[in-house]
Formats: sequence, structure tokens, C-alpha cells
Amino acid sequence: MAKKYVHIHRLRRVYTWELPVRLYHWLNALVMVALIVTGFYISNPLVISSHQEASNRFVMGWMRAIHFIAAYIFFFNFIFRLYWGFVGNKYANWKQFIPTGKFFFKEIWQVLKIDILQLKGKEHLSVGHNALAGFIYFFTFIAFGIQSLTGFGLYASMSNWWLPKLFSWVPAILGGDIMVRQVHHWTMWFFILFVVIHVYLVFYHDYVEGRGETSSMVGGWKFIEEEAFQKDQQTAPDRRVLTDEKK
Amino acid sequence: MSQPLTYYDEMKNKGYSRRDFVKFATMMAAFMGLERSAVGQIAKSMASKPRIPVIWLHFQECTCCSESFIRSSHPIVADILLDQISLDYTETLMAASGFQAEEAMQHTMNKYKGEYILCVEGSVPVEADGVYCMIGGKTSMQILEEAAAGAKAVIAWGSCACNGCVQAAKPNPTAATPIHKLVKGKPIIKVPGCPPIGEVMAGVIVHLVTFDRIPQLDALGRPKAFYSKRVHDTCYRRPFFDAGLYVESFDDENAKKGYCLYKVGCKGPVTYNACGVTKWNGGTSFPIQSGHGCIGCSEENYWDNGRLYERASAFAGFGIEATADVVGGIALAATGAGVLGHAVMTNIRKKDNIHMLEDEGKKEEKELDH
Repeated sequence: MAKKYVHIHRLRRVYTWELPVRLYHWLNALVMVALIVTGFYISNPLVISSHQEASNRFVMGWMRAIHFIAAYIFFFNFIFRLYWGFVGNKYANWKQFIPTGKFFFKEIWQVLKIDILQLKGKEHLSVGHNALAGFIYFFTFIAFGIQSLTGFGLYASMSNWWLPKLFSWVPAILGGDIMVRQVHHWTMWFFILFVVIHVYLVFYHDYVEGRGETSSMVGGWKFIEEEAFQKDQQTAPDRRVLTDEKK
Repeated sequence: MSQPLTYYDEMKNKGYSRRDFVKFATMMAAFMGLERSAVGQIAKSMASKPRIPVIWLHFQECTCCSESFIRSSHPIVADILLDQISLDYTETLMAASGFQAEEAMQHTMNKYKGEYILCVEGSVPVEADGVYCMIGGKTSMQILEEAAAGAKAVIAWGSCACNGCVQAAKPNPTAATPIHKLVKGKPIIKVPGCPPIGEVMAGVIVHLVTFDRIPQLDALGRPKAFYSKRVHDTCYRRPFFDAGLYVESFDDENAKKGYCLYKVGCKGPVTYNACGVTKWNGGTSFPIQSGHGCIGCSEENYWDNGRLYERASAFAGFGIEATADVVGGIALAATGAGVLGHAVMTNIRKKDNIHMLEDEGKKEEKELDH
């Protein structure tokens, strides 16, 4: 009689998100919140009545200052992330975000079926981003680009520095600041909706899969099923990806 | 009179003194933002150069640009630059009419080919072959093409010529088209505004006469000297903006105190013009000074791009009442509801998953036992 074993899902710790990716993520989250809060104030300032003279107050001035400082940090952080998409590990690579083949869309469909529509079937177990998440991030990068272009486009005429001045063609293309401001405001709403869904799905994956999705953006480690990890390494090996397995 | 008259000659003929002339040159230098040495340059050019021939065309417009120009604070602007000397043809102000007028225009176009300045006030309708605006049996499009062919440079006066203004607002039935979209291969100076400030218009012409080249233009083709700053940046109410003190409605206490008009729809922060510095009617006032927000009349599509008394503008495709924030709020609520529904579904499914795992384990345990 053949020996039988209990089938145990062996989990391997995989260092998925490198430190620069994590720093980028949290810095981005911080400045994004600052930008949205101050952006709302700038677009429609609250009534703060005061008997102080205008010379003693600088409420809008500070809001704008915070907005502009956060915008610079956001912009350089964004540029850094683009760079890291070429030098970072495979989970940070640009190929995670831009479809490079049929398999990408196949995986998107699978994730849509199982995770979003919650149909019955085998779950796709990815190590880094799943294809749908990656594809959505691709659109956030485009939105980052739009915000950078329109934001600095509006800022250009207020600045003497060459960097914002590089964007002075943006209002010319869109036919003036009115339109640029509107596009800037509309695109902000994309981020608000994105944050709601993003945070929810992080909790969702952690709740359903139990792979440490939430804490992975703090420590960088994820718990990955051995088979899923092997499959991931077979399709696109990356020897830089650290795991706790000694071989 | 064999020698062509200079600007200064014409001024003398009109009875202006040398003193008036120098005052005029000084004032123009100041308006154009030039250093003091430029005063002499302007005076020298005006006293030595023959006048530039000008053809001034009127198409779809209300003539407010001409009105603004002739009300420029210095009488010489109206008397010499426009009324008496420069204009060889302009429908509004010329004495001639009919065939005589057309002949004068043809004469200028032939005699000063490649030398004259073409000023265009108004947009050109291109719908239905341009029949919506015809003068002397020709469509405005034909007239523009003919006149632009031999022009040295083209000045687009006012928002109509620069971006179509009100007649180009949706649905733009006549397909009113700004000049830069029709005239190619000629330098075009855009002087937007509804109307532009008279001193700004005079400044553009004086620049052409003095330096014999077009003024430095920004990315949108407007002279940098007058359109590089937003009304907001030169507004005397700006300290209230920075302090966060705003008029909430036109009859409130804040309005009396002269607070910033940002929240009642002032378009100063998105409008590039010299109103805050040069002001209107000889430096008397400008809209914000008289308690009304800027409506952004020198900006493209200002009719369609926003409401006059609100900051937020209609979100295209969602009806006139829907602002970006209303649409965004609804989308946020829908997203929240979707997330909630998904969470409920997930819990149901997770129970199934846990049961499945338990069953699997039990089954495997049983198999091991044997």
C-alpha cells in the first residue's frame, strides 16, 4: 500500500517590495493626501471668518505653499519610480504594468472572474501585482502624468525656475488656464476613487488569501505558496528576488 | 508733399506740441514696460519713420475693440494712430463708402504690398461658404485671404479674432473661426480681450513702429509685455486671497470690506491680461475694483468654460448643473456601495472556502488513518 501524506500548502517568504518601492509608496500616499486636501481648499476655500487683518493671516497662502511643495515631492518621486521600473526587481518592473502579451489579458480576465465577479474557479496566485492591478497602476501612472503636466502648466507662469517653465506649453495646447484647471480637478477624482478601491482590495486579498498583503508594503515580505513561487520564477526568473529558502 | 509724412509730422499738423509728443512717447514706453532709454527710441522712430499703412477689417464683432482703442487715455492714440493717419481702410471710421472705400483698400494692398499691417477685428464664419458675413459682395473669408496675402503682419484684435468669443460659443451655428486658424505663414499677434485695453492696443502698434518687428509673444501668441501675468497676480485684492478672506455673496459684509471675489466666480486666477496694472478708462478702474469678479474675457472659450458667478464649472456631458465635485461625489458613493457589496459577497465565499478546507483536511486525515 502506497504511503499517503496530508497535503500541506507550504509558504515561502518572498521579499517582493524592495525598500525604494516601499518608500516611494508611502511618500506618494502622504503627498497625495496633502495634495487632495489642499487642492480641495484651493478650489473651494472654507469660510473661516475672522476679525484679524488680512496682513496677519496667510491661510490660502499656506495651503498653496503646501500644495506646491507636495507637488514637487510628488513629481520627483514619480520620476524616481519610473526609473525604478527599469532597475528594480521583477515585481517593480515596467512589464508588470504594460501589457506585453496575450497572457497579460488572460490573467486580467481570470482576476476579474474570480476576485471581482466572485465566480467559482481557480484563483490566480501571483507573487507581485496581479495583471489587473498592474494594468490599473498603468492608468494611475498616466494620471500622475496628467497631474504633473496640468499642475506645472498652471504653475509655470508663477515661477522663474526653468523646470516649471518647461510646462508652459500645456495651457497653450488646452486653450488656456481655465481648461487646464478643470482637467487638473477632474483627474484628482480619479485618485480619490482609486484610493478607496485600492485600500479595499488590499484588505480583501489579505482577508481571503492570508499572504500578508497589507504588511508587505511595510516590511516588503509576502507569504507565497511554493508552487506559485516556482511557477513565477519559471516564467520570468529574477535571481535578485530574495526568499528565505537556502539552497 | 513728396515725402511721406511721419507720425510726428501728422501730430504737428493736428496742432500737437513737441511737449505733447514727448509725453505720448513717455506714456507708451511706460505702458509697454520699457526702460527710460526707450522713450527716446520711440520718439525718434515716430519722428523719422513714415507711417505704417494699416488695413483694419471688421467681421463678426461688435466694434468694442475699436471703441476701446479710440478711448485710449492719450488723445494722440485715437487722433494719430487710428483716426487720422494709419488707417487706409476701416469700415467703422473711414469717411469713404462703397466703391471708393473698396478702391482705397485695393490701392493700399497694391501699393504697400508686403508692408502694410492687417488688423482684424472679429471672427470669420466658415459655415455655408461664409455667407453669414459678407461685405461688398465678398465673404469675410475671401476678404481676409486677399488682405492677408500681402500683409507684413496680422494683428488679431480682441477675443473674436483670437478665439471666436461669444459667436463661437456652443453650438457655434456660423462656425465662427479665429484668425490664426485661417491665416497661415504670416506672423500673427493676438490681442485678446472683450475688448482689449486701449493702451495695450496702442502699445502693440507703437512697438511695431518703433522696433520694426513684432513684440515678443508667449506660447499662445499674445504679446508678453501685456499678457504674461494673470489678473490675479496684479490684483490689489490679492492679500485677501492669500489671507483666506473671501466675499461669499455680493451683499455680504465681506463684499463691503473689499475682500477677494474668488468664491463669487472671479476668473482673475486663470486670466492673463494687464487689467490690474493698466486698468481701464485712463487708469480709472477695472472690474474687480468696482466690486465685480473678472469674467475672463481674454481667455479662450470663456463663454463655455465656466459660469460667471461660480468657481466650479459644469462637467462636460453631465448636464449644466453637474460640477466635477457633484459627479465625483456620486462616483464615490457608487464605489463605496460596490465595495460594500463586494465585501458581503467575499464573506459568504470565505465561509465556503473555510468549509472546503475543513472538508479537505478531514478527508485526507481519514485516508491517512487507513
